[in-house]
Amino acid sequence: MKDTETTATPVLRLSGVTKTFPGVTALSQVELALYPGQVTALIGENGAGKSTLVKILTGIYQPDEGQIVVDGDPVRFPSATAATEAGITAIHQETVLFDELSVAENIFLGHAPRGRFGLIDWARMREDAAAILDRIGARIDPRTLLGDLGIGSKHLVAIARALSVDARVVIMDEPTASLSQAEIEELYDLVERLKGEGKAILFISHKFDEVFRIADRYTVFRDGEMVDAGMIADTTEDKLVEKMVGRSMDAIFPTREHKPGDEVLRVEDFAHPTEFDGISFTLRRGEILGLYGLVGAGRSEVMQALFGVTRPSRGQVRLNGETLRIRAPADAIANGIVYVPEDRGKQGAIGAMPIFQNVTLPSLGTTSKAGFVRMAEEFALARKYTERLDLRASALDQNVGNLSGGNQQKVVIAKWLATQPAVIILDEPTKGIDVGSKAAVHEFMAELAAKGLSVIMVSSEIPEILGMSDRVIVMRDGLMVSEHDRDGLTPETLVRAAAGYEGEAA
Amino acid sequence: MTGFLKSREAILLGALIALILVVEMRFSGFAAPGNLADVFNDTSILIILALGQTLVILTRCIDLSQASNLALTGMVTAMLNASMPGLPVVVLLAIAMGLGLVMGAFNGILVWKLEIPPIVVTLGTLTIYRGIIFVVSGGEWVNSHEMSAAYKAFPRAEFLSLPVMSWICLAVIAAFAIGVNRTALGRAFYAAGGNPGAAVYTGIDVGKTRFWAFVIAGGLAGLCGYLWVSRYAVAYTDVAGGFELDIVAACVVGGIAIMGGSGTVLGAVLGALFLGTIKNALPVAGISPFWQMAISGAAIIIAVAFNTRRETGRVILKSAEAKA
Amino acid sequence: MSIAEGTKPRRLPDRLSSRPSRILKSWEVLLAGIAILIFLANTQASPYFLNPWNLSDATLAFTEKAMIGFAMALLIISGEIDLSVAGIIALASTAMGFAAQYGMGTPGLVLIGLAVGVVCGAFNGVLVTRLGLPSIVVTIGTMSLFRGISYIILGDQAYGDYPDDFAFFGRGYVFWVISFELTLFALFALIYGGLLHFTNFGRQVYAIGNNATAATFSGIRVARVKMILFLLTGVMSGVAAVCLTARLGSTRPSIAFAWELEIVTMVVLGGVSILGGAGSILGVVIAALIIGMVTFGLGLLNVPGIVMSIFTGALLIAVIALPRLILLIRKGRTS
Repeated sequence: MKDTETTATPVLRLSGVTKTFPGVTALSQVELALYPGQVTALIGENGAGKSTLVKILTGIYQPDEGQIVVDGDPVRFPSATAATEAGITAIHQETVLFDELSVAENIFLGHAPRGRFGLIDWARMREDAAAILDRIGARIDPRTLLGDLGIGSKHLVAIARALSVDARVVIMDEPTASLSQAEIEELYDLVERLKGEGKAILFISHKFDEVFRIADRYTVFRDGEMVDAGMIADTTEDKLVEKMVGRSMDAIFPTREHKPGDEVLRVEDFAHPTEFDGISFTLRRGEILGLYGLVGAGRSEVMQALFGVTRPSRGQVRLNGETLRIRAPADAIANGIVYVPEDRGKQGAIGAMPIFQNVTLPSLGTTSKAGFVRMAEEFALARKYTERLDLRASALDQNVGNLSGGNQQKVVIAKWLATQPAVIILDEPTKGIDVGSKAAVHEFMAELAAKGLSVIMVSSEIPEILGMSDRVIVMRDGLMVSEHDRDGLTPETLVRAAAGYEGEAA
Repeated sequence: MTGFLKSREAILLGALIALILVVEMRFSGFAAPGNLADVFNDTSILIILALGQTLVILTRCIDLSQASNLALTGMVTAMLNASMPGLPVVVLLAIAMGLGLVMGAFNGILVWKLEIPPIVVTLGTLTIYRGIIFVVSGGEWVNSHEMSAAYKAFPRAEFLSLPVMSWICLAVIAAFAIGVNRTALGRAFYAAGGNPGAAVYTGIDVGKTRFWAFVIAGGLAGLCGYLWVSRYAVAYTDVAGGFELDIVAACVVGGIAIMGGSGTVLGAVLGALFLGTIKNALPVAGISPFWQMAISGAAIIIAVAFNTRRETGRVILKSAEAKA
Repeated sequence: MSIAEGTKPRRLPDRLSSRPSRILKSWEVLLAGIAILIFLANTQASPYFLNPWNLSDATLAFTEKAMIGFAMALLIISGEIDLSVAGIIALASTAMGFAAQYGMGTPGLVLIGLAVGVVCGAFNGVLVTRLGLPSIVVTIGTMSLFRGISYIILGDQAYGDYPDDFAFFGRGYVFWVISFELTLFALFALIYGGLLHFTNFGRQVYAIGNNATAATFSGIRVARVKMILFLLTGVMSGVAAVCLTARLGSTRPSIAFAWELEIVTMVVLGGVSILGGAGSILGVVIAALIIGMVTFGLGLLNVPGIVMSIFTGALLIAVIALPRLILLIRKGRTS
């Protein structure tokens, strides 16, 4: 084992790479090595710096400091084209594809086969695309418009795109996130084949079972720093989790002794034409209900329908025994149901507006008089809730966009608490925020529940789900698959339920 | 082929043919090849400008300065011709296109390097270019009798029984069909507008791609400047006033999505032809030409309502995906 | 950490910088500076400039456009645009002229003008908010449609038989040199300034323009707010149609031709972000004054209006380009 580590020379090596953005250090003195014919798993929580690293490797970002070394030579990637030419290709997490273009063109955009006079050879492009799609076992017509495909098929196109260049380094950023079990198996086969061809693979994943199944090496990132690296065979899942989270699990989460009270919310047979079906659950006073599932399982969609952003096709919502008619978020808010969205930048905070105006936006009715705003009232309300959340800012008229992710999240949570809700839905409340803010959010959540607020917490982080919830519901492919009490619940149970092979378990 | 039959272009083509047939029923002879060729010739300038605008709109921008650009280059060529009648038309054509390119590049640089919203840039240059016409001409007209015979004759000259104007238009269409569909830059227009964030991942410089769209649109506006002035044999400050919105209208009717990334060369051509046919059909059908503006407006609204692709949530349920 | 007893939370100040320093850095101050420079240049250029009657006359070059500009500013801040405003003027004016033919009195005419504005605004609003169509294209369409209907009705004819007292709206004076239009301009500046800057509605307009999704998630009924803004823009176009028709005393279908772009230019020059989310009514007022003074000053010098459009166009680009250019040069130096 030690032999391979010392003798093999890496295809690609990063040393001392640092990348900062205004207010945030995304990567700090990071090291990484990728070896031919081996899969290196990159492990880290959301916000650990993995995406930034991928963007640096693919020429989207340029590092502030440090070196990228390919085959022993230091290189620079001023553009995506430069990275591709150096033999680095990537399957990106977010679909960086084009809905209005055909599948074939999505695969070959930027490096399309040329025919006479240097013109794009469409016939050959379609043939080549078909061949690549065939190779990964995807039955997709290359002439289809990408926008007409489902999310899983789009992901297969993204994989095909990465394979359309003759690369030595293949980066896979959560490649299985939206694939079916059969598609995942095909992908594993493909990874084995690529290994056999001597390609170096960087495999980014949250799922430990797949990391242990296909990776040879691992590197762990935490808060923008590389905290550990080594051979998979020399480690265990527990050790990796500890490295990734930085502390042992008991220490992070607040202890909660409060017992949930009476039923507050009852959702019955909630359904949507394309997103979810048959969702029924209850929520009690002072309870934290965890909603677990893989990315794309439909959890946010259910919550957004409950909040009135989208209209369900069927189902009933009862709050304290009364049936609600929720046709818009304004209705939900009026009834005391609020939603802290996952996508802070797009759905939560209004970056170009000051903190106090963000906080008072849904509460303007209480801070105003006869429709006219009263700034003094606004500042008072904003101060009350931001200070309770220990917001770090220079002043309440500072624009939210200038705050760190964690503090932005505090502003969004303060905005909703200021409406004095009965039910608060938190969608990935600690995604992409620093450890300190995370702890503050968790502690605050526990306190709110103790004071009688009912909380639904959507989360993809198992420690958070296990550490915070009284009860956990698991969703998969838009359906509710199981419900668990916190007592005795193990990570394995959750992972199996969410991935859909609980039958094979035990 | 079945793909084409379901496309926006096929529907538009069907509407165009239906329009021609309806007019033919009221006025026999409208659908005769000779007359249709006249309609095409009459619409040539709109087609060329709409093609330039198509590139700009594909990249999620808009160019409102095309008509001013056209009027200024037209005036410059007319004045050059009036003062130097010996200057060959080819040289004037080159000057017109060159001047148009420069004006397009000015728009493009502001959009690319200073990242000023395109609508603001071209709203500004719309008035600037138009104002410069007055400055260079002193508000005077260049009338037909001051222009040389060659200057006026060139677009009208017949070649294989089609006027040169039509041939130029056909050449531009052909160049676009190849350039847009089969070159890297052509595809970059789609990528830069369809998903600018993703375009960066494919090595496309979105700003630079927009710049080239403006340059090409400007160059074509310059070309049309000469064509317009020589065809109508008069140049003055207000030439083609308000035409910028007609060009956008042709694109919209042609199914070029204003949000970028979607639309075809054929669509733009058909969109311009549709509006051009209405304009030519009204007088023969005995309808007052004053109806034209309202009909164009209605056509735009119907076209955009028809073409707007509604945002759909993603399909998560397996049962729903199977159905889709 | 959070509200644990014993630990006193840090007190956040309301505002970071004091009021004067914030004001000094604002766009409006830059514009006001430009306005003063132009004013001084005008006094130097022509001895007739400072005549109060001349100055009063000069305001008519912008009052009607600015009235629409105020509503347009709110619409643009919310992230939409209405290019059909001049078309609405044409249609409203035609409707008034048509009614005047049949002897309708002044109150009825005004009502008709405003009603056409409301209907046109509602039509735009429905297309944008109910059908979800992009406003820039929809209103290019309705621009042609509204003016096109005027052309169908009028062709190359004109209406001119307006009652004598109707002229007051365009040529009347309220007090000394203060014209009715100028009074209306000031009144609407106050109303729209108050609406945008001091009401919940105005706050919601800003929120929508900055981030419509987050605004929706915050319980704002985005479609309703936008619908109201289209209605307001329509009504203001109707008001402008009354004033302009009264001032000209006649209606042709080409009335107020190409005003839409002049109005948008005025609004953007006033510091309203074409991308939405930022801007003030004060800025639009100053921009209107600048455009008015430049038109008037150059007019006194016998410079034709079209040349002054070069100035407006260049100013529009320059005021936006210069700060970015400086930023770009600074960035170039540091890296």
